[in-house]
Formats: sequence, C-alpha cells, structure tokens
Amino acid sequence: MTDAVAHGHDSGTGISNIKLGMWTFLGSECLLFGGLISTYMLYRGRVTGGPRPSQIFDIPFTSVSSFVLLMSSLTMVLAVSAAHKNEDRKTNIWLTVTALLGATFVGGQVYEFTAFYNEGLGFSTSLFGSSFYTLTGFHGVHVTVGIIMLMSLVGIFKRSAVPGKKAEVVEMIGLYWHFVDIVWIIIFTLVYLIPV
Amino acid sequence: MAIIERETEVMVPVTVTPTSTYGVLKRPVAATGWRAWVFTVDHKKLGLMYGATAMFFFIVGGVEALLIRLQLAAPNGKVLNADLYNQMFTMHATTMVFLFVMPMAAGLANYFIPLQIGARDVAFPRINALGFWLLLFGGIFINLSWFLGGAADGGWFMYAPNSGPVFSPTNGIDFWAFGLQIAGIASLTGAINLIVTVLNMRAPGMTLMKMPIFTWMMTVVQFLLLFAVPVITVALFLLSFQRNFGARFFDVAAGADPLLWQHLFWIFGHPEVYILVLPAFGIVSEVLPVFSRKPLFGYPFVVFSGAAIGFVGWGVWAHHMFASGLGPVSVAVFSLTTMAIAVPTGVKIINWTLTMWGGKLYFSTAMKFSIGLIVLFTVGGLSGVTHSVAPSDTQQTDTYYIVAHFHYVLFGGAVLGFFSGFYYWWPKMFGKMLSERLGGWNFWLMVIGMNLTFGPMHILGLQGQPRRMYQWTEARAGEGFFNLAFWNLIASIGSFVLAVGILLFLINIVITARNPTRAPLDPWNSRSLEWMTSNPPKEHNFDVIPAVHHLDEFFHRKYEEDPETHTMRQIATAEEIMAEQERNADKHIHMPSPSYWPIVLAAAVPVITFGMIFSHLIAVIGGVILLFAAFGWALEPSTAPESDFENNSSQGTALDKVGH
Repeated sequence: MTDAVAHGHDSGTGISNIKLGMWTFLGSECLLFGGLISTYMLYRGRVTGGPRPSQIFDIPFTSVSSFVLLMSSLTMVLAVSAAHKNEDRKTNIWLTVTALLGATFVGGQVYEFTAFYNEGLGFSTSLFGSSFYTLTGFHGVHVTVGIIMLMSLVGIFKRSAVPGKKAEVVEMIGLYWHFVDIVWIIIFTLVYLIPV
Repeated sequence: MAIIERETEVMVPVTVTPTSTYGVLKRPVAATGWRAWVFTVDHKKLGLMYGATAMFFFIVGGVEALLIRLQLAAPNGKVLNADLYNQMFTMHATTMVFLFVMPMAAGLANYFIPLQIGARDVAFPRINALGFWLLLFGGIFINLSWFLGGAADGGWFMYAPNSGPVFSPTNGIDFWAFGLQIAGIASLTGAINLIVTVLNMRAPGMTLMKMPIFTWMMTVVQFLLLFAVPVITVALFLLSFQRNFGARFFDVAAGADPLLWQHLFWIFGHPEVYILVLPAFGIVSEVLPVFSRKPLFGYPFVVFSGAAIGFVGWGVWAHHMFASGLGPVSVAVFSLTTMAIAVPTGVKIINWTLTMWGGKLYFSTAMKFSIGLIVLFTVGGLSGVTHSVAPSDTQQTDTYYIVAHFHYVLFGGAVLGFFSGFYYWWPKMFGKMLSERLGGWNFWLMVIGMNLTFGPMHILGLQGQPRRMYQWTEARAGEGFFNLAFWNLIASIGSFVLAVGILLFLINIVITARNPTRAPLDPWNSRSLEWMTSNPPKEHNFDVIPAVHHLDEFFHRKYEEDPETHTMRQIATAEEIMAEQERNADKHIHMPSPSYWPIVLAAAVPVITFGMIFSHLIAVIGGVILLFAAFGWALEPSTAPESDFENNSSQGTALDKVGH
C-alpha cells in the first residue's frame, strides 16, 4: 500500500481507504442501532408496575441536550473545514468545542438516568427499563467514544504526530460524529416524542 | 513488513526492519522465528494462521461429532450423559460454524484476495492482524467453558427463554455469548478491511467485471458479514445483559416475547448460511474452469446470482420459524421467498455443469472435490427447497431431516469446497504439491463417509427421530427397512469413515511437508493473477503490479487466439512471464511494518469479558490495557517512516550489508 493509495489519489473509488473504511463501518452500525431500536419499540409499552415512559420523560430537558448535540455537528463541520485549509489552531479549537458539546450531552444523559432511577425505573424494573437503558446507553457509549477520539486527535495534533494526512483523519472522525448525531435524531423522535 | 531494495537482477529479497518509531513501544524488529508470525501484518502469513486455527477447531468439532455419533450408535447410549450431550451438540455446531468454516473462509480470502486483485497487501494490515488474534482468543474463550463449569448447552441457536439462568445455571452460555462477540468483532473488522481492499486496491485495469470469481463471492460474503454481524451482536448483548446484569429481555414473567430472540438470531442466521457456503462457491468457480480447460460459463451470471443470493438471503429468515406460530401471511411470504432463493443457486449449478460440458476434463483431486460439491450440494439444495413447503416443514422441524439437510449443504457445500481449494492452492501457498494418490483416497473416503453419515438421517428424520434426542430405545426403534436402529448404526459407521478420510488429509500434509520436491510455477495451467508470482509468493506479492486487460488475465498472457483456426495457442510460459516481471521489478517497495499492537489489543478483549463474568475488577484492568493499546496503535504509523530505514540501509550500500 503506497501513501498515495492510503490517501485516495490512486484508489479504485476515489475515496481514501480510511474514509471508505469508516463509511463501511457506519453501514454496519445502522444494523446495530436497527436491532436495538426494534427491541425498544417492541418493549416500550411493557412496564409491569414500573413507571411508564410518559411519567418520567422530561421532554424540554432532553430537547435542550439534543439541541446541544446537534450543534456539535455544526462545530465538527467547522473543524473539518479548518483542517482542509490547514488552519491548525482553528481545527484544534473546533475539535475541542465539539468534544465539549458532546460531553455536555453525555452529562445530560447521566443526569437523566439518575433522575429516572430515582423515580423508580431501574435496569431490571421492566422490559421498558431494560430496553430504554440499553438503547440510549449504547448511544451514549458511542458519543463517549467519539469524545475520546476528538480529544486524542487534539492531543496528537499538538505533538504533530498524526499518521496520515490531518484533514483526512479529521474528516473520518467527523463522519462517525455526524452518524452518531443522526442516530440520536431517530432515537429522540421514536423514544421521546412519539407517545406510547 | 519492510523495505525491499532491488539494485541488481540478483533474486535475493533483501529485508530490512526499522529500529525505531514513535509510539509507546519500539517496533518489533525480528523478521525471523516466532516473532515474525506473532507481530506480522502480512496478509499471507495471517491467512495461513487463520487456516491453521480453523483446521485445529475443525478437528475439535470433529471429535465432538464423533462422540455424538458414538452415543447414538446403539440403543441406550452410555457414552455421554444427557447434560454432556447437550453441551456436545451445542459446541459441535458452534465450533464448526464460527470457528472452522468462517475462519477458514477468512483465511483463504486473506491469502488470495490481494493476490487475485494484484495488490501487495490489504487496506488495513494491522486491523487484519487484530481480526486474526480476536478470532483465536474468542475461540479459546468459548472453549474455556469446558474447564470452568461446563460448556453452553442451549443448541447453537440458543433459543430464549431456555438460555436464561434458570434453565442453564452454569457459565457456559456466558462464555458462549461473549466468545461469539469477540469472534464477531473479528468478522466485522475483516469485512470492512476486505471490502475496502477490493473496492480500492485492484490492479490498474481490473474493473469489477474482470475480477476473479472467488474474489467476487468473498466480497458478497463480506457485505453479508458487515450487515449480519451487528444483528447477532445486539442479540448477544441482550442475552448477556439478561444473564449478567439482570435485564428482563427474555423474561416471560415480565411480559417478554421469546420470538424477539428468534427473529434477531435468524436475521443474522440466514445470511450466515450464505456466509458459510458462498466462499466454497467461489472456490469451485475457480477450480472447474481450470480443470475443464474452458472459461467459466456465464461469468456475469455467476457474479450476479451470487449477489442475488446476497440480497434475497435477507428475506428468508422466518422459514426457520414456521413452527412458532407466525401467522398465515408471514408463513406464505417466507415460503415464497424461500422458493425464490433456490433460483440463483440453481443458476450457479447450471453454470458449473455447462463449464464442464465439452471441456477437456482433468480429474485432479481438486476437480473431484468440486464435482463432489456440485452433486452433494444439489442434494442438500433439493431437501432445502422442501422446507419452503410450510406444512411439510412443520412436520420436519426439529427432526433429523433438518440435520441431514444442513449437513449436505454445509459439508457437501462448504467443506468439500474448502478441500477443493486446499488441493488447488497448496502449491501456491507452500510451494509443494499435495499427493494426488493420497488425495484420491481422501476424496472417496470423505464422500462415501458423508453419504453414509448424513444420507440415513433423511430417513431417521422422516421417521420422526427428534433432532436433539440424547438416547433412543429399542422399543421405539420400529421394524423393517425403516427401523431407527439400523440407520443410526449406519450413520455412526459413516462418521468414522469420514473421519478416516480427513485423517488421510492430515497425513497428506505431513508427507508433503517432508517431500523435498518443489511444485512447478504453474502446476495446473491456471487462469487468474495469484499464479503470476512465485510459489509461495514473495512478501510483496508482485515484483510489478500487473496491468489487467482481461478477465482471466494470466491465461490471456499465456495464450492468444489463432485468427485462422480460432483455437488458442500458447505464446508464453509462466516462467517467461515471471522472468519478465523480475526484470522490470519495482526498485523501492514499502510494505506495512510489523506491530505489537494488534495482539495486545486483541488480548485485552477476552480479559474484559472474563471480568464481566467473574469480577468487574478484572474487566477494568482489561479496559486499561485496551485503552493503552488503542493509543499505542493510533500513534504508530502503519508503515515505518523512511527515516527509520536509513540507519541501516543508506542508499548505495552493498546488498549483503543490508540484508540482516
């Protein structure tokens, strides 16, 4: 594998290996979330004595944290754009802002989980509880992994030790980040907005 | 793995390994001994390691099968008790499906896809290594359960709620679920890697419709894996969360729906069937044209029927669930799709048959195995179509008829295909020919053995012998030609004939390894690019990346059509083509460098899952190792930078000084 192929100048599709790899991976992730969402949709009404979804959801709060997450997609785009222009400082700033917005969302999720638990919805309380925490928990883990990747990228940029072309790597992680945001739009709609 | 300088025409591959790099640990430097294997990222070495691992688990699964047949050979079998019998058939299926057929296909794909598309390695060599180590550790992890309280015992599809802690209190199913997750990561990374390799790294001129058919079929398989693996990942997570963290997913008392597991499992499970058999289809589509001295009949049809199987394979899963009360509409729909998927498979059978039609057939062992596949897979396909008739299927569900069916398609399909590939590609992989004489015995014993073993199971099943019965009694065996006692005994004898056939293959390997005779460069007069390099291939595969103009490029470099007689006449030998490549060899080839990180990262995963079962503290330790390895990995460039080489290979140094 030559450097040229690694960065897409000489590849069969015209997309670099790492980006095509990420696209392929995200295709697989669709089915992962598809399975989790199906499980939740099947079980969301089965509460066996525990709280019902409408009793515990705080829609305004989750709307705000959803908005924060969606805004992080905007800052991610700005980071990619800055990376393409080779503006290292700007890239670092936007990557950090993206990670902070993502962390705010995860913080909101931790708060929400704690509140729900205190209101009587444990992991083992009901099928609704098990499937709700599994679905949103998996999404939260994805966001967390994204934050770790963003912060690592910033750290690596500071040491300027990034293997491969910078913009390419930022764009690849950007793909992941946008995917995780889009999945949240689907989860937020299906889980919170559509009444059981 | 290193930089290769070629200053003169002397054919000594000169290998230099870098000594320093950034990252946490220094790069491995040894290019010989065990380190050359453990830290390798070379797709050919990894392919062989996949193959050896798969072969090991094939023997493990085979011994489990023999124990099952010993138990059922006579009435009131005493070889295994009921509990151990449950573990045995569960682990037999799990081992054969996940630890033999899938890794063997992954191994052949790893080895031959880059060679067939004229590439020097895969797109992500380190991820490739990671996949192999995860598969190995996952396989070991599942089998650890034998020694830690008992293996999984719920059957390979592990139906809920039977898989819950109430009905299976040992840790067997925990090991099973986590072990399959680990092997699943291996499949997923492998799929991503090979898809990107095929789409991005084909030699110039090789359009998709000039791609060798084995590569095509393996690509379809990788897409199936890409989308099927996450579904079983979800199912296994639900199961593990229920067993280890108190989730309620399959708890009927909480209102759970046991069909959820069945749907998730079979949405994975049916594409999985094609994941298992399409690699073999690819192999025979390579072997038949070579030994028929004809191009593959209807190449585009074989390609598109393979892709069609890949698509329709997603729409037939519920035929595994006809007995679960899905309702008439679902049953009707899935009956029809099941009938439909027989069409592309039939197209393939016809194409193979017509490839042989009128050809100059040469019955090498590889060819015999391929013909064996066509015949025996068709038998399994015919019993498969009978399952689309739902009323009949409802009768046959969970009887030996099903066991007979899937062994004809999996043994008659996947396994015979692999053996065809072994005999065909052995000289390519090891530079030596497997003994054809022993191969003949190997073939006939396996084919006779498998028909004796699985043929009678059709009768046993139609007579009503349940699939997972651990004992049968004389009183219930019946009388006359169709009595269960006679056919159970035949099946058990057959399984040992089969085992002797496979033993001959292992003996053949040993004899071949000891035989000093080297294989010719192009022993079968083959057609595709993997034969356009030395046996075994050089570390960098091709001295020059070939420019491709035809399907069957290598054949068209050896032969051209005589315009007057319209026959093919030879214009070059393999040796001449090889010599020309060596004359024009690329001077400066950078290969991906070896790395510690794949094996370290892979080793962390079973530590985490072990901790999930026994102590969360261990899981935390595993997590720390995982993070450490991930960062080491990210900081290490996949090819060591130029500066790393210059210390011991400055330009113009005499060759013998560089090579150590």
